[in-house]
Amino acid sequence: MIWILDLLILSLLVICAIAAINIKDLLSATIIFGVYSFLMCLLWAEMGAVDVAFTEATVGAGISTVLFIAAILHTSRRSKD
Amino acid sequence: MKLLQEQTQKLKIGESLIIQTASRLLIPFIQLFGLYVIVHGHYSPGGGFQGGVILGASFVLLALAFDQKFSMQYMSEKTSGLLANTGALIFVGTGTLCAIFGGLFLHYSALDVLIPLGPIEWRSFGIFIVEVGVGLAVMSNMAILFWVLGSNGEMDEGL
Amino acid sequence: MKALALFTTLVTGAVLLYGTMDFPAFGDPQSPASTHISAYFIEEAVHETHVPNLVTAVLGDYRGYDTMFETVVIYCAGLAVISVLRRKKSDKEDSRS
Repeated sequence: MIWILDLLILSLLVICAIAAINIKDLLSATIIFGVYSFLMCLLWAEMGAVDVAFTEATVGAGISTVLFIAAILHTSRRSKD
Repeated sequence: MKLLQEQTQKLKIGESLIIQTASRLLIPFIQLFGLYVIVHGHYSPGGGFQGGVILGASFVLLALAFDQKFSMQYMSEKTSGLLANTGALIFVGTGTLCAIFGGLFLHYSALDVLIPLGPIEWRSFGIFIVEVGVGLAVMSNMAILFWVLGSNGEMDEGL
Repeated sequence: MKALALFTTLVTGAVLLYGTMDFPAFGDPQSPASTHISAYFIEEAVHETHVPNLVTAVLGDYRGYDTMFETVVIYCAGLAVISVLRRKKSDKEDSRS
């Protein structure tokens, strides 16, 4: 646990989470969610849980982003509130 | 290169030549890496689930860069459904075989009666069989999920 | 209403942060999670299964029942998506190959 790296990743995580719920364009929110997943993957790898990091990188950033995009392109792209 | 250009122009599919060429070059290596992750799960991070997701993502990339029909030429809907069933059946069947041959459910050492490898080696090999089953099921399920969600349930056009 | 939601979020976050104060330190060998059964896995798993990666040994062998239902969950997700969203075209011929 390197605390400087920890602090950097955790603050970027908070920024990404706030940006993902505040942004109006849902496609951009999906991409920011993918960035969130990759940061989470970095955090797991830094804590020593390499298997969980691998799962997060493949499922969270790879497949779920694509599935979100596939769902958004069949609904509306702008969020209402 | 000329051949690829003519082929994509003839098929009238997809977006740009750069994306299609890059995907064509990348997809074999993605699939090879997925197989490596499944098979090498005993010694390095990875395993059936992660490798299966990578294998499924290669089909998703094929469907995104070209067309959904183009990706379904390589693994049709019937094949993917069959593979999903086979993967789940491999896992449950291994457990049931262990129970039949005088062990507990998923206790791989009991399969030593079938092929004498030694009980400890059978535990290692049983994990491998199970990982392959998980990989098959996850790969085809991820591809099915994207195909159905992306084509609005009609399995023809895609995104 | 937004102020109320913010207040609720902040209070929940504060309570959760207060709860983490009782956690053992990161990687503490005396914590309850590392004294009960994980010592057995770390010492015996390589002898008993010949799998050097402990995570795979635990997921595939010791907790194989868990992994089986994880696969069944994925399988059920695919089954549910197909049975809810899949529809055949009635005007054209069957699109399945």
